[in-house]
Amino acid sequence: MLDEETKLTLRVVFPHKVLPYLLVAPQLAITLVFFYWPAGQALYQSMLRQDPFGLKSKFVWFANFRKVLADPAYLNSIKVTVVFSLATAIVAMAVALLLAVMAEKVVRGKALYRTLMIWPYAVAPAIAGMLWLFLFNPSIGSLSYVLRSLGIAWDPLLNGSHAMILLVSAAAWKQISYNFLFFVAGLQAVPKTLIEAAAIDGARETKRFWTIIFPLLAPTTFFLLVVNTVYALFDTFGIVHAVTGGGPGKTTETLVYKVYNDGFVNLILGDSAAQSVILMVIVIALTAIQFRYVERKVHYG
Amino acid sequence: MKLFGFAAGVAATLTLLSTTSAFAVTQISWWHAMTGANAEVVDKISKDFNASQSDYQIVPVFKGTYPETLNAGIAAFRAGQAPDIIQVFDVGTGVMMAAESAIKPVAEVLTGAGMTFDKSQYLPGIVGYYSKPDGTMLSFPYNSSSPILYYNKDIFQKAGLDVNNPPKTWNEVWEAAKKIKASGAAPCGYTSTWLTWIHLENFAAWNNVSWATQQNGLAGGDVELKINAPIFVNHFQALADLAKDGTFKYGGRTSEAKQIFLAGECGIFTESSGGLGDIVKSGMNYGIGQLPYDSDAKGAPQNTTPGGASLWVFSGKSDAEYKGVAAFFAYLSKTEVQEYLHQKSGYLPVTLAAYEATKKSGFYDKNPGRETPILQMTGKAPTENSKGVRLPNLPQVRDIQNEEFEKMLAGQETAQQALDNAVSRGNAAIKDALGN
Repeated sequence: MLDEETKLTLRVVFPHKVLPYLLVAPQLAITLVFFYWPAGQALYQSMLRQDPFGLKSKFVWFANFRKVLADPAYLNSIKVTVVFSLATAIVAMAVALLLAVMAEKVVRGKALYRTLMIWPYAVAPAIAGMLWLFLFNPSIGSLSYVLRSLGIAWDPLLNGSHAMILLVSAAAWKQISYNFLFFVAGLQAVPKTLIEAAAIDGARETKRFWTIIFPLLAPTTFFLLVVNTVYALFDTFGIVHAVTGGGPGKTTETLVYKVYNDGFVNLILGDSAAQSVILMVIVIALTAIQFRYVERKVHYG
Repeated sequence: MKLFGFAAGVAATLTLLSTTSAFAVTQISWWHAMTGANAEVVDKISKDFNASQSDYQIVPVFKGTYPETLNAGIAAFRAGQAPDIIQVFDVGTGVMMAAESAIKPVAEVLTGAGMTFDKSQYLPGIVGYYSKPDGTMLSFPYNSSSPILYYNKDIFQKAGLDVNNPPKTWNEVWEAAKKIKASGAAPCGYTSTWLTWIHLENFAAWNNVSWATQQNGLAGGDVELKINAPIFVNHFQALADLAKDGTFKYGGRTSEAKQIFLAGECGIFTESSGGLGDIVKSGMNYGIGQLPYDSDAKGAPQNTTPGGASLWVFSGKSDAEYKGVAAFFAYLSKTEVQEYLHQKSGYLPVTLAAYEATKKSGFYDKNPGRETPILQMTGKAPTENSKGVRLPNLPQVRDIQNEEFEKMLAGQETAQQALDNAVSRGNAAIKDALGN
C-alpha cells in the first residue's frame, strides 16, 4: 500500500490538457472499432429476427434470449463446454507440470529439451486438430490402428465419448507448451535451500514435491487454471471445427461452436447473436475474476 | 492479431483495387465450392472462356465447402460486396429463392443481354427444379448429379459375387454387404455419403413415397415432414442393424465416406454421380449400378431428384457485368462445354444436345454406367413425391436428421425413435424459419 505522500509524488502532471487524450486516442480508437462497435452490433442483432440476407427484420426485444435459454440443445452445449474446458485444463496442466518437473531434473541439454517442449505452441489450432484427426482417423489413423489391435472399437464418428477424448487430446496437447513454460519459470522461483533442507531431513522426492514444490507453485497453477479454461472456452473453435464439427449428435458442440453453427450454417442470426452476447457476459465475468484475484496473487512478494 | 488482420484487409483491398483498374476487361467473379477433379474442370472452363473472347474475364474463387460458400456469399451480400456469380448447392435453393430482392433471375440476365432462353433445350427435370412455379428460371444448373451405386469389382470377385450384376434393391445390397464382410473380402460391406440426401430425399422420390407435405415443400406454406413412415423406419432399422457389426460403416455427414470406399475398405458405396471423377482418378476397378430401391414400394423405381448445385446471380450489378455473366452462361450451355463437363466430372449434362452428342460419340458404350444418373432422373415423369424437396431451412433440417442418425447408429436410439425425433425437431425448426 502506498501512503498519501508517495501517491502524490507518483502522479504525473502533463503540461497540456489535450496531450493525454491524444496519447490514449489510438488505443481508444482501436477499442471502439474492434470491440464496442461489433459488440453493439451483436447486441442489436440479438434483439432482431431477420432472414439470412437481412432483407426483412423485426425487433423482438429479448425473445431470442428466452428462446435460446429454453432450448435443450443450448443447455446440452453448456454441459459439453464445462466438461470439455475442465478436462482440457486439467490434462494440459497435469502433463505440463510432469514434463516441467522432469525437464528440471535433466542435467545435460536442458535448453534443448525446453525448446522442444515449447515448439507445439506455434502450431495453429486448426492444424493441431488436423494432426490429431489424422492420427485417430478410424480408417487411416495410425493411433486408431493401435487402439483397434488392443481390442478397443475406436470410432469418434459415432461414439460421443471417443469424440470428446479426441478433442480434449488435441486441445490439451496444444496448450501443454504454454503451461510448461510457466511451470518451468515457477520452478525456478522455488528456493533450492528449502528442498535441500527437506532432503537432509530425509523427505523423499514425492514427499518433497507435494509438501514444498506444489504448494509454492499454487499461484502459477491458479493463474494457469484460469488461462487454460478461457483458452478451452473460446480459443478452440478451430479444433472443434476440424475434428468433430460438433458431432456425433451434439456431443461435442461447445458454446462457441454453437454460435457458429446456428449463425453461419443454419443462418438463424438472432439466436446466434443472443448466444454471443451471453458469451460476452461470461468473458467479462471471467476477466473480472482474473483481474480481481489472479493478477494480484500470481506474482511472488 | 487484430491489427495484423486489419492491415491484411487493407492490403487485400489495395491489391483488388489495383487489379480492377489495371485491366480494361470486365471481371466477373465466380465463387464456387468445387474440389479435386471438379475444381480442375472449373479452372479449365474459366480459362477457355477467357481465351474465347476479350471483353470479360471470369475469375473463379474457391470458397470452401458448399455451406461455407453459401455463407460467404450471404455475408458478402450483407456487406455490399457480393460476387457476380455464386454456386449454391441444391439444399440452399430454398434459401436463395426466399431472398428474391438479393438475386437476379438467370432468365432476366439472359434476356437483358439480348439473348433468348429456350427452355426446351435443357433437361426438364433439372431446369424445373431451379425455376419459380411460374416457370421463370432462377439459377443456372451448373453441376447436377444424382445418387448412384458404385462397387469395387475386385472385392466383388473375392466375395464370390457377380461382378457384372450389382445389387438392385436395398435388400440385395444388405445381402451382398453381409457376404463381403463374412467372406473377408473387405472389412466392411457397404458405406454411403450424404445419408440425408440419398437415404431420405432420394429414397422417397425413387420409391415414390412422400418426404413431406405440400409436395415435399415445393408448394410452399406449412410443410410437415413425413419421414417417420414405416418404409423409412424399416430401411433405417436395417441400416442400424448392419452398423452394429461394421457391415455398414458410417463415414460422416457429407462426402467423407468416399475416402473409405477409395481406400478399399468397403465393397459397395452410394454417392453422387459427381463423385465419379475422384473414383476414376484413383484407378480403382469400379462398377456403377442404379440407385437401389425398396422392393416393398409399389411402382419403384420412380425417378431420382437433382442434387449438385446451380449458379445464382446477385442483384445490383452493372449492365456490363450482367452482359458478361450472360455471355458466360451462353458459353456454358455450348454442347462441347457440356460434353466435357459431363464426361470429365460425372455431373449430368444440362442440355439435351450435349446428352445426344455424348450418346452419339459412343461414350456410353465405352463407359457403361455413365448414362445411369441421366436415365434415373429422366426415366419416368415425376410425381408429387419426386420433383425434389424444398425448405427455407433445409441445411438446418438436414443437420437435425444427421444428429438423430448418429445417435441411432451409435445404438442410443432405434430407427423409429430417431426418425420420430427428426420429424418433431425438424417440424419445429421449419415453423420457426417460416415465422421469420
